[in-house]
Amino acid sequence: MEVWISILISVCAAATPLLIAATGELVVERSGVLNLGVEGMMIIGAVTAFSTAQVTGNPYLGALAAIVVASAFSLIFAFMTLTLVTNQVATGLALTILGLGLSGMIGQGFVGAPGVKMEALSIPLLSDLPVVGSLLFGQDLIFYASWALVFGVWWFLFKTKSGLKLRSVGDNHASAHALGLNVIGIRYCAVLFGGACAGLAGAHLSLVYVPQWVEGMTAGRGWIALALVVFASWRPGRLLIGAYLFGAVTIGQFHVQAQGLQIPAQFLASLPYLATIIVLVLIARNRRLTMINTPASLGKSFVPDR
Amino acid sequence: MKVQLIKRSQPSNWLALTSPLLALALTMVAGAIMFALLGKNPATGLYTYFIQPLLDPWSRDQILVKATPLILIAIGLAICFRSGNWNIGAEGQYLIGGMVGATIPVLFNTWDSPMVLPLMLVMGIAGGALYGAIPGFLKAKFNTNEILTSLMLVYVAQQFVDWLVRGPWRDPDGFGFPGTKSFNESAVLPALFSTWDAHYGAVLAVIAAIIAWFVLSKTLKGFEVSVLGQSERAGRFAGFRPAAMTIFAFCVSGGLAGLAGIAEVSGSVEKLDDKLSLGYGFSAIIVAFLGRLNPLGIIAAGIVLALTYIGGEAAQISMGLSDRAARVFQGLLLFFVLACDTLIHYRIQVTAGSASAARAARAEGAG
Amino acid sequence: MKHTFRKTLTALAASAAAMIAASAVTPAMADGHSKTKACFIYIGPTGDFGWTYQHDQGRLAVEAEFGDKVETAYLENVPESAEAQRPIEAFARDGCNIIFTTSFNYMDPTNKAAKKFPDVKFEHATGYKRESPNVSTYSSKFYQGRYVQGQIAAKMSKAGVAGYIASFPIPEVVRGINAFILGAQSVNPDFKLKVVWVSTWFDPPKEADAAKALIDQGVDILTQHTDSTAAMQVATERGIKAFGQASDMIKFGPETQLTSIIDDWAPYYIERVKAVMDGTWEQQDVWHGMDHGSVAMAPYTNMPADVAAMAAETEAKIKANEFEPFTGPITKQDGTVWLKEGEKASLGDLLGMKFYVKGVDDKLPQ
Repeated sequence: MEVWISILISVCAAATPLLIAATGELVVERSGVLNLGVEGMMIIGAVTAFSTAQVTGNPYLGALAAIVVASAFSLIFAFMTLTLVTNQVATGLALTILGLGLSGMIGQGFVGAPGVKMEALSIPLLSDLPVVGSLLFGQDLIFYASWALVFGVWWFLFKTKSGLKLRSVGDNHASAHALGLNVIGIRYCAVLFGGACAGLAGAHLSLVYVPQWVEGMTAGRGWIALALVVFASWRPGRLLIGAYLFGAVTIGQFHVQAQGLQIPAQFLASLPYLATIIVLVLIARNRRLTMINTPASLGKSFVPDR
Repeated sequence: MKVQLIKRSQPSNWLALTSPLLALALTMVAGAIMFALLGKNPATGLYTYFIQPLLDPWSRDQILVKATPLILIAIGLAICFRSGNWNIGAEGQYLIGGMVGATIPVLFNTWDSPMVLPLMLVMGIAGGALYGAIPGFLKAKFNTNEILTSLMLVYVAQQFVDWLVRGPWRDPDGFGFPGTKSFNESAVLPALFSTWDAHYGAVLAVIAAIIAWFVLSKTLKGFEVSVLGQSERAGRFAGFRPAAMTIFAFCVSGGLAGLAGIAEVSGSVEKLDDKLSLGYGFSAIIVAFLGRLNPLGIIAAGIVLALTYIGGEAAQISMGLSDRAARVFQGLLLFFVLACDTLIHYRIQVTAGSASAARAARAEGAG
Repeated sequence: MKHTFRKTLTALAASAAAMIAASAVTPAMADGHSKTKACFIYIGPTGDFGWTYQHDQGRLAVEAEFGDKVETAYLENVPESAEAQRPIEAFARDGCNIIFTTSFNYMDPTNKAAKKFPDVKFEHATGYKRESPNVSTYSSKFYQGRYVQGQIAAKMSKAGVAGYIASFPIPEVVRGINAFILGAQSVNPDFKLKVVWVSTWFDPPKEADAAKALIDQGVDILTQHTDSTAAMQVATERGIKAFGQASDMIKFGPETQLTSIIDDWAPYYIERVKAVMDGTWEQQDVWHGMDHGSVAMAPYTNMPADVAAMAAETEAKIKANEFEPFTGPITKQDGTVWLKEGEKASLGDLLGMKFYVKGVDDKLPQ
């Protein structure tokens, strides 16, 4: 039993950065913007968090700095696509390339330095409960933040007036504009929120997952987060399922190996990607499901009064 | 302060030609600032990056080697992007092309015949095209998001090739290191000149660019590409089938990426190993945009991007500049290219002060 | 016509180059040939605190030893493929007198470049091809340290099973795994070893995942043949013991690291650069071990004194060439006899090792 709890905690660690980054991107896409720069914002978050924690000795300040800096970084994307109406796909890619390069340069002095780890919380009594104590009450703060974030976003999108506005901007920006909504302004906010989330996800990688700075340490996680949003058909609740499924495969491949099963590691490693493709096909085939949730204006530029 | 876009009554022809140059100039300005921030002499930095490699024959040769796959892939991407299909997975198609083309020298290592090389190239193209067809088909048939599926297939291709060169295709005399046996002479794409590293792939790239330019600008198929790319609905009215175009565009794009892959494998590496994936498929996206999705422009753009690689290495050797600087240059370049493209269609008005001032300016612009 | 055109172009380019050279004389050029230039090609970042870090320590030692008489340069993150050809040639063209290429797969590019630049000396780490007289190869017997680690593991483990994070199934890595289990079995004949292959030299998040999986599978000692410190950090978090790799990783696990194999390249690099200076450089193939100080052990920490004493004794014996880990009787994993009582492994068997010995709980990927 204890082993299973321990494996579950590993799965949580693998799922958390995906979940956070995907939740941010979900809000961005719900507002009708496709930001392919998640990977770039995430790695900027990772290097900021690491270097800040290193200098101040405080991992929480590191996480905070990651949120602020990655959000500012996403402002480049917002300005380009929303104000200069550049192509969203290409601009997002540029953000990723720039992020990977910049983070490498910023982090050069920090490669190999022992990091400051954000320790797991320890709640008296609760954390010491048998079996579930460490799983439910003994994890790091970012883990709890990820769950709060998912529920917060769900509540915001579907239970508040502002959430309704954001969704209507994503569904039909022309009529939202006609109704007097500030399309560009709302999208700016959404993109910045997405950047902040990607930054926190990056902070989790360099403060909790492996308290180290390594060039390119996001290793494609930003792209998986993007796929997860589609996997979840733009529903926050389903993100939880997707992210934890991915986490389970990531960790599971090593257990399968250690159990002595003879499956080439490369096949196991490609499972998450194949799974995404299959899910993408399945949800795309189910028109009803896709139609309800897909932001109809996704990826389309909006220029008021042209 | 408020930034306001005002649509031009017609796109500026002058800017359409000069925007890539403007973008390049802006990148250099940004680069100079970056060098200064890093405590390096900006003039020396820019010189090392963008001028010096062009002056020396050895570096020119190396630029040609680097530019070849970038140009080939970017031409395919240009056709795809123009038709409104977002193939982000050229890296995977490049890998599979290289792998399929390599089947011949790997499985028949002793077969020595003038047929070997042409067959390898054709198989490389076919492999890339088929692998590219997967996201195309899924989009055409199920309306699946092609950006994500093509990207996911990159990772699958990487893992698959990795498995091959470590597993069944591994050179038995290679001390267990990943990689096939080195190809024999007849499976190697020859160098342009005996002392050069650049191989005939460079010629193939130029030929491909000319053909693509001709098809895009002079034929009905090219017209179909741009009509469907601008508006799927308009294309339907004209009797074009978007689904067929999607599959066509992905096949062409995948095929060219596959050709780039097999040209690299047979011309440069001379065996299949686990380090074939160097990100050309992603860098080619920058090349495609810098070349304004025009095959002939892409030739020049490919050379510029190759320059950032070669110049980056030179700067690392002579100035101790991080190799990541090249990446930053590439990212900045793409940003500036995209921003400058906006200028072709819009005028930018920056107004100081309130929204009402902006509105007044807008009214003026409209009038 | 065509010919003259090309000639004109070449002349133009040459004159332009000459002008630029004249306007920007670098200090190195001004000094002429008074300095010896030693250049290094690295697979990873100099700050990986593993393999590349140690090579760079060797480079710094060369600088410290020769001061003004030497100039060094390095390129990091150079991919192990045909791509390495260009940077190696760039170094040779840049006036390097001796070039160290520090990873196995630089083998072909190194040999190709050596043919083009017969006046430059090339030193290739861990390889075996020396196709022209200006190429030498060098490596170290890291497996000697693995044997010592295996003994410590068997003493320290309560579960009787250790975990091994492995990179690629190449002879170098297989040799390390076998030496480790042989050392462990010399203390506890029933000792088991679980192996997980991560298919990378350096990917900390992946190494961390593998470490967690191994711990959850019940191992209570970790060792690795990958270059980052991630596994050490995970071991610390889970409260088990671990061995460092290539470099002393004690600051990543002050209460975790038992010891670490330290690759010390400094003596070799100093010796070879000096040979170039003196004009006595000659081709050679070197595979030194503890006896030459190229493999050293980090201090034995976090273990009882008797275990440390045992480890130190084995280390001393290996160092004095009184003991060689691959000495029979050794049985292969499939039950056949590899080495009879007292028989020593042949060089060929060691260099091309493609099989496990008894006790490894894994099937070697073929």
